[in-house]
Amino acid sequence: MQRAVKPLLFLVCLLPLASLVWAAVNYQLGPDPGEKLMLEIGAWAARLLIATLLVSPLRTWSGWVSLLRLRRMLGLFCFFYASVHLSLFAHFYLGWVAERLLEEIVERPYISAGFTAWLIMLPLALTSNRAMQRRLRRNWQRLHRGVYAAAVLVSLHILWQVRSDFGEALVYALIFALLLAWRLMRYRKKQSSASNAKLLDA
Amino acid sequence: MRTPFKSGIPSSEITSESAWLKRRQLMTAVAGGALVGSALASALVSPGASALAAGQSLRHRPATANSPAGFYTTESLTPYEDVKRYNNFYEFGTDKGDPARHAHKMSIDPWSVRVDGAVDKPGVLNLEDILTGFDLEERVYRLRCVEAWSMVVPWMGFPLSDLLKRFQPTSKAKYVQFYTLLDREHMRGQRSFTSSIDWPYVEGLRMDEAMNPLTLMAVGLYGKPMPNQNGAPIRLVVPWKYGFKSIKSIFRIRLTQRRPKTSWELIAPQEYGFYANVNPQVDHPRWSQKTERRLPSTLFSPNRRDTLMFNGYGEQVAHLYKGMDLTRDY
Repeated sequence: MQRAVKPLLFLVCLLPLASLVWAAVNYQLGPDPGEKLMLEIGAWAARLLIATLLVSPLRTWSGWVSLLRLRRMLGLFCFFYASVHLSLFAHFYLGWVAERLLEEIVERPYISAGFTAWLIMLPLALTSNRAMQRRLRRNWQRLHRGVYAAAVLVSLHILWQVRSDFGEALVYALIFALLLAWRLMRYRKKQSSASNAKLLDA
Repeated sequence: MRTPFKSGIPSSEITSESAWLKRRQLMTAVAGGALVGSALASALVSPGASALAAGQSLRHRPATANSPAGFYTTESLTPYEDVKRYNNFYEFGTDKGDPARHAHKMSIDPWSVRVDGAVDKPGVLNLEDILTGFDLEERVYRLRCVEAWSMVVPWMGFPLSDLLKRFQPTSKAKYVQFYTLLDREHMRGQRSFTSSIDWPYVEGLRMDEAMNPLTLMAVGLYGKPMPNQNGAPIRLVVPWKYGFKSIKSIFRIRLTQRRPKTSWELIAPQEYGFYANVNPQVDHPRWSQKTERRLPSTLFSPNRRDTLMFNGYGEQVAHLYKGMDLTRDY
């Protein structure tokens, strides 16, 4: 049973992509399929980032330690969807012209935010295997805290695109804010219990 | 080919404002009633409006290569189905598919447009007056959205100038202000508490822009009555401006001396100006305006093309902006 969880999660993470590709080849994405595909894939990247960040709090609340073993896969899928999202943007909006990408990054803050988030996630994906984890030791954890910065940037990326209705963007931003706030609170607690311990020692 | 038309309606047939108000009160009262009410309501429904609802073809003069310059283009049309399912009509939600899903809840029958402000003869046009009282003609226009996509649509309607002249604008009329219907019950976007638009949606034109022959009041597309999601029963089409200027489901037209503030100007004046002329040299802060995606596009070809100054209608409208700095008055 335990052994089936990982392959199952792998298939579940592929489902959104599969259903979108299916819709695309069957002309169900509307008159602007490229944009639709890019937006949907991007939304799934954000949802997978939420799922990745949910692992720690869920483990704490449920006490189910083995949840941690799923985090790497969720994170890697998040990076995969973000990369597809970025490639679709490069294809449909920039025609793979590097200068246009540069122009977009410089001139449009929501694109700079999204692109920076992807850049932050790139080394995290590259160092996600166990060998790198062992090699980097304490630095690995430090490096992978970069995911918090990525979460902030992804929230900005979504919020900056709002035309007039903040509803959906606010939901994403709020979820990211809660996930980060939970970590901040946990960090504060650790700090204070550590200093309490010091006081007791003295 | 020309089809015969009825001549324009005499101003005596235009409903007075007080009669219009009374009629609306009656409708509201009727809507409150049960069975008896609905029987009364159907008795009040005009023949013109029910023709609209039935989805019949409307008589009109088709656009051809011989039409005046700008009224027609040989570019391939965006298919009817795509024009109907890809819309920005935030009254029904912000997703492109939301209007097609939800706009059927809006009732366009009965419908009337109030025209007031700086006019000698303020009054109300009922939908049947509009459909039978104006010479309907086809215009094949490019539609360029500020989000950098575009379509080619065969509209059906009549020049806004024809409508305005009947109400006799005074010398004080310098601008025309348009209002979309306000109907929170049936327009879910207007109920959204996270929306920053101050409903109803408002747009405006300068008087000379409004009187330009290209400026169209459209009541249909593809020879059929206007689908709800495209702005039924009557909307504005200003082909040389970004799509958000072409206000949908118009309920009221007011002529003013001072320039009205438009809905998008109120939310983000640094992004959306009053003029909003299509201009590839002036970028919107979030979307480059140099190129556009002509819809439908496919997964492998974005169908990208260069955006033209005034959306290609410079010959017809550039003179309106002579001496103006369009990077400032964007």
